[in-house]
Amino acid sequence: MTLAITDLKVTIGGKDILRGVDLSLQEGRVHGLAGESGSGKTMTGLAVLGLLPHGARATGSIALGGRELLTLANKELNQVRGGEVAMVFQDPATSLHPMLTIGRQLTEHMRHHLGVGKKEARARAVELLGKVRIPGAQEAYGRFPHQFSGGMRQRIAIAIALACSPKVLIADEPTTALDVTVQAGVLRLLRGLCDELGLAVLLVTHDLGVMSAVADEVSVMKDGLVVESGPRGQVLREPAHPYTRSLLASLPDTATTTDTATTTDLPAATDTAAGLPGTVTDEGVR
Amino acid sequence: MSLLSVDDLVIEHRSPGRPVVRAVAGVSLEVNAGEVVGLVGESGCGKSTLARAVCGLNPVTAGRIAFDGEPVTPLGLRRRKLTGIQMVFQDPYASLNPRRRVGDQIADGLRTVGDTTTRPADLLERVGLPRDFAGRHPHEFSGGQRQRIAIARALAARPRLLIGDEPISALDASAQAQVATLMRDLAVDSGAGLLFISHDLSVVRLIADRIAVMYLGRIVEVGDTAEVWADPRHPYTRALLGAIPKPDGLGVLPAELPGDVPDPADPPQGCRFNPRCPHVMDVCRVEEPEFGPVACWLHEPSRAGTA
Repeated sequence: MTLAITDLKVTIGGKDILRGVDLSLQEGRVHGLAGESGSGKTMTGLAVLGLLPHGARATGSIALGGRELLTLANKELNQVRGGEVAMVFQDPATSLHPMLTIGRQLTEHMRHHLGVGKKEARARAVELLGKVRIPGAQEAYGRFPHQFSGGMRQRIAIAIALACSPKVLIADEPTTALDVTVQAGVLRLLRGLCDELGLAVLLVTHDLGVMSAVADEVSVMKDGLVVESGPRGQVLREPAHPYTRSLLASLPDTATTTDTATTTDLPAATDTAAGLPGTVTDEGVR
Repeated sequence: MSLLSVDDLVIEHRSPGRPVVRAVAGVSLEVNAGEVVGLVGESGCGKSTLARAVCGLNPVTAGRIAFDGEPVTPLGLRRRKLTGIQMVFQDPYASLNPRRRVGDQIADGLRTVGDTTTRPADLLERVGLPRDFAGRHPHEFSGGQRQRIAIARALAARPRLLIGDEPISALDASAQAQVATLMRDLAVDSGAGLLFISHDLSVVRLIADRIAVMYLGRIVEVGDTAEVWADPRHPYTRALLGAIPKPDGLGVLPAELPGDVPDPADPPQGCRFNPRCPHVMDVCRVEEPEFGPVACWLHEPSRAGTA
């Protein structure tokens, strides 16, 4: 087991965001984390990297190869972040720095974490760009993010995440900002890299179709708790928890076969802005 | 006569030092009253430019846009008589004025049509929000609620054609289907047409009566939603639908469409889809298929019987 999260609880300003999450990631496996917005999927991912928002308190345990990440000193945590655990964010238009060449963004952390020289870092960066199938890797090295399309940018973001050969990759909605045709390519890439490099991937997504395509294990979250966890086929085909069933039933594809009018008003969709103080949620409205 | 008819519309973006980009290259489209038309396509294919042109927000290079038989003129400084077309924009964080109460913003729409009997609160109620929200400011709401307010504001002007330019893509996944269905219900109830633009095919399928698929500035396939979904004919439509991963738990990776969308400033010769098309023929590289409802040489109307 590469990464084990046990009984993780996170509170922000007296509000319980996570209420005891258990997850385990294994080498070469993709673990999918599903759930509606506000259920704590992203917070779980951020907690692993120690990137929780200011004022958040986390208890429980996140163990990476015998080390406890929650209590690790900042200096040591910096060795882990970007080195052993890497992250791919949702929107590649904002996660890449617009004013630095992608070559610079690819080599900066590599030189810091791996202590390699300029030349070596460059060679490795070009190799990585080839691996994520960026055409003309040599020329691409010196270009800026705006010169690439959305799908290419996300591939570059994945290359940056993989630069220091991490053991764990956390992908937070990596294809949500992309078109379906581009999404297909990025999903294939993620799956291929996971198999090839033996990465342990935590894939956070709300899209059960994406989940079904790439995840080996699926966990479903609701209100800061994992309500169901198991192999992909079992969770998506024979869901045991009523919440998972309602999520699946609310999909347009199944909606047309089972029911027409009522299912369009998602039972799962409450449009809650949970955890955002000062916003009014739809729940109070009904 | 249809409510909105777009006829061979061409829109070019000109910027100094760059080649002319033909964002919309000869599009014809009709929207009838009480009908929901979904316009889908990848980003950069010209969907939004088309929507903006229909509202008069983009200058037209060639072709005609007629609303109720009257040409749509570009929006200028002068007060506009044409308030029958209203638009809901992509990002409700940007389209609502953060410094004004939402009730006042909705009242703007009511004032343009001289409606003195309807209160902004009535419209909030129609979009499923409580009446007393009218006195609040936009920052007090979540994304889904803001988009509902933007819809209420558009509805206040009694539109006969509502245009949604990616109205759900800035929202949380859980709110998307809700807001889309709400837009459909409100438009159809008031007898207005709805042109719904989105790159999310699953949502368009949920609400649209007809689907138009756009690729690189041209509409490649138009048809009844159920028909297009069950039997997509254009290779691009097939690729789009095939790329949607199915939640069947089988772990099937979706099919990948090779290549990238070509630069609209330099579209390929012949059919625009030919460099990426799996069924490419010789004629596709030479001549552009200029017919409908499926703009593909495999589905040429005269040959349809024999093919």
